[in-house]
This record gives sequence, structure tokens and C-alpha cells, in this order.
Amino acid sequence: MRSRLSVIVVKRSYIMPEYVNNDPANLKWQCRRGMLELDLLLNNFIDNRVDTLTEDEKQVLLNLLTYPDQILLDLLLGNSVSSDHAIAALVDAIRSTRFTS
Amino acid sequence: MNTTTGQTVERRQFDTLIIGAGGGGLRAALKLAEADLNVAVVSKVFPTRSHTVAAQGGMNAALANVLPDNWHWHMFDTVKGSDYLGDQDAIEYMCRAAPKAVYELEHFGVPFSRLDNGKIYQRAFGGQSQNFGGDQAARTCAAADRTGHAILHSLYQQNIRARTHFFDEYFAVDLLRDDEGHVLGAVVFNIHDGQIVVIEAKTTLIATGGAGQLFKTTTNALINTGDGMGMAMRAGIPLQDMEFFQFHPTGIAGRGMLITEGARGEGGYLVNGEGERLMERYAPKAKDLASRDVVSRAIAIEIREGRGCGPNKDYVLLKLDHLGEAVIQKRLPGIRQTCITFLGIDPVEEPIPVFPTAHYTMGGIPTNRHGQVVVPVKDTPEEPVAGLYAAGECACVSVHGGNRLGGNSLLDILVFGRAAANHIIAYLKENKYHRKLSDEELARVVENARRYDRPKADGESVAELRRELKQVMEEHCGVFRNKDVLKEGVDKVEALAQRVKNIRIDDQSATFNTAKVEAYELENLIAVAQATVNSAFAREESRGAHSRIDFPERDDKAWMRHSLYSFEQGLDYKPVRTKPISVESFPPKPRVY
Repeated sequence: MRSRLSVIVVKRSYIMPEYVNNDPANLKWQCRRGMLELDLLLNNFIDNRVDTLTEDEKQVLLNLLTYPDQILLDLLLGNSVSSDHAIAALVDAIRSTRFTS
Repeated sequence: MNTTTGQTVERRQFDTLIIGAGGGGLRAALKLAEADLNVAVVSKVFPTRSHTVAAQGGMNAALANVLPDNWHWHMFDTVKGSDYLGDQDAIEYMCRAAPKAVYELEHFGVPFSRLDNGKIYQRAFGGQSQNFGGDQAARTCAAADRTGHAILHSLYQQNIRARTHFFDEYFAVDLLRDDEGHVLGAVVFNIHDGQIVVIEAKTTLIATGGAGQLFKTTTNALINTGDGMGMAMRAGIPLQDMEFFQFHPTGIAGRGMLITEGARGEGGYLVNGEGERLMERYAPKAKDLASRDVVSRAIAIEIREGRGCGPNKDYVLLKLDHLGEAVIQKRLPGIRQTCITFLGIDPVEEPIPVFPTAHYTMGGIPTNRHGQVVVPVKDTPEEPVAGLYAAGECACVSVHGGNRLGGNSLLDILVFGRAAANHIIAYLKENKYHRKLSDEELARVVENARRYDRPKADGESVAELRRELKQVMEEHCGVFRNKDVLKEGVDKVEALAQRVKNIRIDDQSATFNTAKVEAYELENLIAVAQATVNSAFAREESRGAHSRIDFPERDDKAWMRHSLYSFEQGLDYKPVRTKPISVESFPPKPRVY
């Protein structure tokens, strides 16, 4: 299944604006993306899991959300894996969250 | 300044306000900023999260790098693809401008894929021909399978260099106008803290993209809620040709993303709830490889007649499992990955539930080829609205007419984003000063922008109304259209429009109040739905993507004209611009491929 896998080392695409923080409503708005696939995966994760995340995990999520959409898509569809172990673990968690709607 | 509620509102002034930060908005912003104008771009999401990022296919331009080509052949294909509803002056302008638009992007840093000889690679797409309907052409320039992403990021970075002022994560609520009808900017609010900002501008460009979120099953991102179209309608401007919405036959049911035609090309086929190969009934020869509209309609008819699959009989199945794992993994790995991720289904073992998915809004805010918004005034069908422009999917210029060709949407946003900027630069040389914004207009729009700030204990749920609207539009204004289905749709959308006046907002917080944003989005969607379903009900013919079961033929005598729908006038019509700029018209012919 992962014959096209590539490893990416992107940390983030743009400096995170100062107003972005770990607040759930704030995180949820950062999940509004330019691609439907990302909207579905990220919103499903936020809606089902945000209350269970530690502050450290929320920080990893914030970092992930600064990635460009195309890089995020490659990660979340399993076409590439991040060299950052925390990001890779979070991507696995997002991919394994069952859709509830 | 103080408003009637006594609260202070921030006011800013710019030469140009651009609402929307996709390819059209950013192309215009760059041109304006490079002309030393003071430009503001308002976007509800971070600019590089605009929907342009999802455009994979590429951008048409007659470069003739792979096969012989010229702009006139491109023009012919676009007029034919539009089913003769496209305006031929705008189409000529776009096709002539296309090569330059590609070279400009290359200079901005877009890494177009290359041929071995170093020239830009061009791929073949459906609807492209050489020599006015002859052999297949190769006209689409692409940056691998991420052309939109490359264009959006290059344009954003160029705008940062050119010092365009970005209002990231601000939501535009309404346009500002004066008594003479000039548009003077917009009232917006900061999603971070809820603060209202009045942005006064000598010129305003709407570039807010399409409205795929009208439908339950769509390929469009959640942000595609027709905000600019709704804003225009509330300012008294009609929407044009909204009945023309492009659907793709095989979206994943309940999710929306595309399963490409390649799946059927490799031998996949559709089955209904009774296990029959349904396309044998509708296209005995071509079967599952029949054209998109035929396949879409066949699926919709099967479901309407009770032969759908699943507990609600609301989808059909695309079978691939007979192809075997080796073929699927080698030829369709992306589809396999998408199904596993979003459905938990491996198409090697199980068929894929599919339903036609809404993809592209051909209609929009009427403009001329300079990007000026135009409206009928007395006997003049196209009178410019002073100070107001629109470009991209939210606009109807109209180059796509009844149906859009693959590769023409990125071209549209870039050519007409640039054209609008050129006209704005000329306009501002003659109109150097801000017009006065009256206290009454200011108070009206600011008060309107605060309509969801007050607690309201009971009322309608935004999420529930949005869900109902998408369901109604899918059932009554989707692929399957006839008089009865559409009339019921008109009535149901009207009922929803009444209910939306009684929205309840549970969240009263100032910071990141997404409930408030979603309420405004719903208002915009409802307005666009009213225009769409009323225009579709009235158009008694089949043309392009608008296919009526009860009127299966195109009727040029009665219907070769543009629809206009506004709150004030209801339906109105204006002629198609059949005269190009410099060449002979292409007269209507049967659209056969």
C-alpha cells in the first residue's frame, strides 16, 4: 500500500500568527482548509478528540496545522510520513479516528 | 466613530479592497500593489488555505509545445463547451491572454512540469481539439498534480514581497454603497476577537470563489459558501446563470470527493440495488464510459426509482473488486487510499458507494471582460456598478456559459483577476478620492453586522438549517431536474429562507466565534440557493450542465440568453454576447463529441 511513500521534513510553512493558540474554537477554525479531504479528516478529529488532548498534543496539532494544505494532504492520506515523530504519531491518530457523521 | 449602539468601530481606508485570497484575488492584488496602490485583501481563512489550492488538473493555454495549437482553436472549444451560452468577446480575450498568463506565473515562481526539450509540458484534456473540432489537442500546463497549490503559494509570496496588506481570518459581511449606487468598500469583522472594521475603498473586488456547499455531496471545501454572491445579492445585484452547476458522476456517497473516470476506464462498473449493471439500460454501447452527464443522470434516475443501494437506497455501487488487487494497486492507488481513509472500505474487497458530486459554479456575479460588475439599467442590459468588480468562480464573465472545460478555471481566475486590476488602475487615475460614506449607511451596515451579537434563547439551529438546505438542493436542484421536482425545490428553499430569519446563536463569545461565521455563511448559501433553484425552474430546455428530463433538447430560439435573478426583480434575462472582439462569431451547432 505504501509503495509511493516519501519522507518529508517540512516543519511549518509560515510563522504561526500570534493570535493562534490552543483554544478549541481557535484550533477548529485552523481546520478550515482549501481541500474537502482535509476539512473532513481534521474536523472529525477535532470534534471527537480535542477534549482528550494534552496541552503538548494540542501544541503538536497547532504545528501540524501550519503546514501547507498539499503537504498535509500527503501526510493524512498516507502518501508520505513526517520525520518528526510527534507529528507522525498525531497523523496516525487523525487517520485512525472513525468518522462519526 | 460611534454608531447607534455607542460602540467604537475601527475605520480603515484603501485604494482597493479585495475580498477573497484565492488565485483571482491574489493575481489582482499583486498587479495593484506593483502599481503602488494601497491594497487590502480580506480572507476568512489564511490565504494559502483558499480553494485554489485544490485545483490539480492544470491551466489551458495554446502554447503549442506538444501538438500544433493556437488561441482561436482554444476559443472554438470553449464556445462549444459552453453550449453556446458563453460570451464570445470574453472567451476571445481569455484565450488570447492565456499564454501570457502562463509565462507570468512562471516568472512568479510556479514550477511548471517540463518536456525534455525544456519547454513547458502540456497534457491532453477532454474537450480540447485542433483545427476547430479536429484531432485531440494538448493544451493544459501543469505543475505535476498540484498546479493550484503552486500558483496560490507563488502568488501569496509575491504579494508579501509587494507589501499587499492582508486581513487574515476576517469575514466580510456586507458591501457599503452610497445613494448614487457607488460601492465604497465593505464592513468586515475579525474572527479572532469579533471586532468590526469598516474598510472604505475607492474600488472593491469580490473574489470569493464558488458555492459547492449548496449541495450535500460536493467536492468543494467547507469554505465554499458563496459569500461574495450572497453579499452582492443583498446589495441589489442579480446573479447570472446560476442554474448551471457542474456535477461529476462518481463522488464518494456522503463524503463528496471524486473517484476519477479512470476507475471506469480500467474496467470498473456501476451496479444498482438489484445487482444490475445499470449503465446497460442508459447507454447500451458506451455503458460505463458514457459522457459525464449521461452517467450522472442514470445514477440519479436509478435512485429516484427506488433502485439505490444501502439502507436508505440513496447511492449506487462502483465495483472494482473484479479487477484484482494487482491492477487496483498499480493503476488506481490513490482511489484505494481515499476509500480506505474515508470509508474504511478497500475496493479490492468491496464496491464503493457513489453519487453525483457538485463540483463547479458556472454562474455568479455578472461582469464584463474588464471585471466590472454589470447590471441591467432600464434598456441597457450591462451597466457597470461604479467601484465594484468581481473575478473568478464567484463571477460570471461569462467564459464557461453552460459548462466549463477542464483547465479553463485556473485560466479564468488568473486572466480576469489581472484584467480587473488593469481596469481598476485606469479607474483610479480618474477617481482619485474616496467618496463620502454617509453616517446613515455606516450605521445601517454596522448594525447589520452585529445582528448575531445579541443573545437569543430560542430559534433555528444553523447546523440543522444548513443540513436541510444541502439535502433540499441535492434532491430538487441536482442532476435530476423536471418541473415538479424543481417547483418543490423552489417552495422548500423559500421556506428555509423564511426560517433563516430566526437563527439562534448558542455561542456568544467574542473570540473565534465560529457559530457566528457559520450563520453568515448560511445566509449567503440560502441567497445563492434561491437564485439557483428559481433560475433552474424557469429554464425550460437542456443546455450544458442544466439538464431537464421534461425538456431534453437545447432551445436556442427561446433560451440562448443569460438568466439573472435578484431579490428585487426575481427573474430577468439578457442576450448572450455572440460577437467576439476581432474574429467571426461561432454560430450555435449541436454539441457532439
